[in-house]
Parts: sequence; C-alpha cells; structure tokens
Amino acid sequence: MAKQLSVFLENKAGRLARVTSVLGEAGINIRALSIADTSDFGILRIIVNDPSQAYTILKDAGFTVSETEVIAVRVQDTPGGLAAVLEQMSNANLNIEYMYAFLGTSEEDALVIFKIEDTKKARAAFKEKGIQVIEEQELYRL
Amino acid sequence: MLYWDQEKECMPRENLRELQLRRLKETVYRVYAFVPAYRAKMDEAGIKPDDINSLDDIKYLPFTTKQDLRDNYPFGLFAIPMSEVIRIHSSSGTTGKPTVVGYSRKDLDTWAELMARALYSAGARKRSVIQNAYGYGLFTGGLGMHYGAEKIGASVIPTSGGNSKRQIMLMQDFGSTLLTCTPSYALFLAEIMQEMGIDPQDLKLEAGVFGAEPWSENMRRELESKLHITAFDIYGLSEIIGPGVAIECERRKGLHIAEDHFIPEIIDPVTREILPEGSQGELVLTTITKEALPIIRYRTRDLTTLNHEICPCGRTHVRMHKVLGRSDDMVIIRGVNVFPSMVESVLLNIPGVEPFYVLIVDRIGNLDILEVQVEVSERIFSDEVRKLEELGKHITKELESALGVSVKVRLVEPKTLERSEGKAKRVIDRRIF
Repeated sequence: MAKQLSVFLENKAGRLARVTSVLGEAGINIRALSIADTSDFGILRIIVNDPSQAYTILKDAGFTVSETEVIAVRVQDTPGGLAAVLEQMSNANLNIEYMYAFLGTSEEDALVIFKIEDTKKARAAFKEKGIQVIEEQELYRL
Repeated sequence: MLYWDQEKECMPRENLRELQLRRLKETVYRVYAFVPAYRAKMDEAGIKPDDINSLDDIKYLPFTTKQDLRDNYPFGLFAIPMSEVIRIHSSSGTTGKPTVVGYSRKDLDTWAELMARALYSAGARKRSVIQNAYGYGLFTGGLGMHYGAEKIGASVIPTSGGNSKRQIMLMQDFGSTLLTCTPSYALFLAEIMQEMGIDPQDLKLEAGVFGAEPWSENMRRELESKLHITAFDIYGLSEIIGPGVAIECERRKGLHIAEDHFIPEIIDPVTREILPEGSQGELVLTTITKEALPIIRYRTRDLTTLNHEICPCGRTHVRMHKVLGRSDDMVIIRGVNVFPSMVESVLLNIPGVEPFYVLIVDRIGNLDILEVQVEVSERIFSDEVRKLEELGKHITKELESALGVSVKVRLVEPKTLERSEGKAKRVIDRRIF
C-alpha cells in the first residue's frame, strides 16, 4: 500500500508550477505524477519521497490536498507485460479507478500505480496471482 | 433585568403610536423649516407640515434616497448649524460621492442608548468583555458599537477589523465574551482559529452580534456551531443613525425596530406603493428624533417583512425579518430575481461546502449567464474527477431549483475568494447594458 497525494488545481496558468516549486524548495522529490483534468479544474496525483511532509507543505501553501491509498505494482517491461497484469485484475473482478506509470528505475521492470476501489481485496488478489506489490517504504526510497 | 429600557421597549402600542405621531410632526416641521431640499420636495408634492395629522399621513411625504444625500453633498441635508454638529461619519463612496451623516450631541446620546439597548438584548451586561472588530473610523459600525458597549459599562476591546491572529490571541488572553463584527469576518476568524489549532470551546466567547451585511439562518447555524456562541443579528445604516436601528431579542425570531425613534414602512421597490402587513418589500425608515440629519422616508434598499404580532419577549416594537437581500444587490438574470443570500442558503445546506462564494454575471450574445464560484474545501475534495463532477452537478441542481434560473458552478481553490473584513462583495456583474 502506498500513499498518493491528491491536489485540487484550478485550470489557471501557473498552478502546477506553484505546486512543484513549493515541493522543490522543501527538497521533496516527485517520484510519479498524473493529472486528471476537466475544462474547469484538474486533480494532480503524485507519489513523493516523503508524503506526510509534502502534505503539510502543500496545506500550508493553501492547497486542498488529500491522502489517497494506492497500490504500486511491478510489471515486466516487455510487450504485453501490462496486459498480463490487467487481465489478471479483470479476472479477479478488480475495478480500476485510475492508473499511471512510475518514473522508471530498472531495466527489466516498470512500476504502475493503481487506484482500486477495494484496496484490501486487490492486495489479496495480487498475492494469489503472484503479482509483485511494492511496499510503501521501498517505494518512497526508489 | 430583562430589558435595557423597559418603559420604551415594552411601551403599549397605543402610547407608542401617540409618541410616534408627536415626534413625526415635530420632525416634519423641522425639516420643512430648516432644510431647503426637503421644503422644495414637499412643496413640489403639494404637502405642508400641517397636513400630517395621523401616522397614515406619512404616505404623502416624499421619499429620500441615497441620491438625495449625494446631491446635497456634503452637509446640505443637515437641519442644525455646523457648530452644533459634533460628529461626522461617511460612507466609503466606492460607488460615487460618499454619503455624509452628522450627529448633534443629543443624536450621539440617542445612538449610544440604542446600541446599549441592542447589546443588552443580545445578553451584554456590565460584566461582559466585548471585542469590537467592526472597523473604527468613518464607518459607523466601530464607534456605534463602542459607545453602546461603554454605556452598558462592559469592558470594551476596540480591536477594529483586521489582524486576525491578534484578534484571536486577544480573545483568548482577555477572555472576550461577546464578539461584534460582520458575519463574514466572524466566519473568517473561525477559519483562522481552526488553522491555529484553537478550539472555540476553550474560549469564553458566549455570543456574537453580527451585522452590516445580510446573512441567512444557515449562516447563523454555521457561525454558532463553529464558534460555539449564540449569534444575534443587528441592523442599522449610517443614513438613519448607524447600527442599533433594530436588534434580535433572545427569541431570535425577527429584529425589533426601535419604534420610539424610527417609523418603518414596507413598499414595493418598483411601484413604491405601501404594501399590506406581512408582505415582502423594501424597508423604508423615517427618523423621528434625529436633530442633525433627520431623514424622511429613507429607501434602505433592504428587503424584508414586518411582523406586528406580540413577541413573547415582552417587547412591543415591531419585528423585521432578517434582511432577505438588497434590492440593489439583487441581480436580474433572464427576468428572475437572484439574491446572494439565496445562494448562501443553498450552499450551507450541502455538507462540507463552505459559504465562501461569489456570483459572476455575464452576458454572452443576448443571454445572461450566472456563474457561481464555490471553494473546494478538504471535506468535499476527492482524488476522483467523477466525484468532484458529481458534486458540481449536485450544487448546480440545488442552486437551479432554489433560484429558478440555470447556473454554472465553478469549483475553485480554497482561499481564492475574497475574505472581507468589512462587507463581503458577493456579486460581480460584468454585463454591459
């Protein structure tokens, strides 16, 4: 299980730059990132090396932030690697709310972040299917 | 003691009406004799002071508007020589020439008396510690409250507006029991308190007297639960005297208008006809004891109703409903009247939504567009687009059903909408007519 920070952003110039500069100044490293956007607003989702410190920093800077539980999964970095994992998830009836890729660290593997409705059920299913879940502390160190 | 001035506040209606008629006649004689602008208007309307023989005859007198104060800027409507004027207050004049009001010594005594009456009605006593966060200066809020609180003999902390963290520190250290400020500033203070990690239950604060802008019953619930206080509405306007024209009693079912000093009427803001008892319309006030600036039939632009039913509190003075909106704050969107207070009411009924909002009106092509900007607090934020969009839709639906006009809701980042220390600006009208 890993903690993702979700940040509310208005669709206005400079908002994303502000988040990243606030974090950068505090020495927080962004390890993975995705943005979901609509015409009016966006939701920035990030994995950082120190989620609780980053949470406080963003909150103090006036952003609306929340912590979200996500699962980081190791996927073979070969054609069909992700497809294999997704198929097994589908077989296990796991609903994916959203997903995005982690900035790569190794040659053979890719890391994918999943937000799944029922995290507990997902963990059990991954274990059963032999899908490798990256634990929190390891993830932040990557 | 339940009342500050039982004889006046609980005067039998019949005696009150006699007193009002006598004072009205005196006032009309005075303005006719000493204020050329009033004499000209009355002559034009073909009415002489002697024509006023009953309270109903007030309907023959011409109205006074803010424009009349501007036309006679600065002192043209004063009914006494400047040497007898001992205080001058003025509006900020953001929408044109400021309106200027003056007070004789007796006027200031009356005002302090009315404010003492008001604060007493909200539970202030000699032992109270009153933190007055209304702005001191040309604005009547600060000094008006101040003199009333001193008259009661309470301990007054004249913090004026602003410097919110210091306000909260003083509230803690000095043990303030009563807070006086605008309702939007009170809410802002509650927010800062939360950020500072201060639990309002640890404070000595018991009550708040909030005014200078219209606020809803939902806002009352919000203020009461966030600050752990009883919130009282106070009404007044500088043109009439300042705060203290009307105040809620402990029942908080309408504000008692000090009828020994003012005569209220409700008119249709468009036809200017007097409306029957209980109808909603624009409040019109006549001062009947003011010396420096007597005002005849002042159109307040505030929309409300009057209730003459006897209040269980024992006071006989008529009650006005909490101001429902301002006829000039009202925006007409495709023929529908929309008041910011209605938007506030809807937002406060949606769990987690903070009452920080602004209405933006624009015209695209020939169509009026109403956008309501709402801040996304942590309580309603979600990491999923779908949920935020659903929330937006929910707010839109609730607003549309309450306002009867289509609305575009825009979710904005927290603290991006103005926190006002005076009167909150709730409407931005970008239409060019």
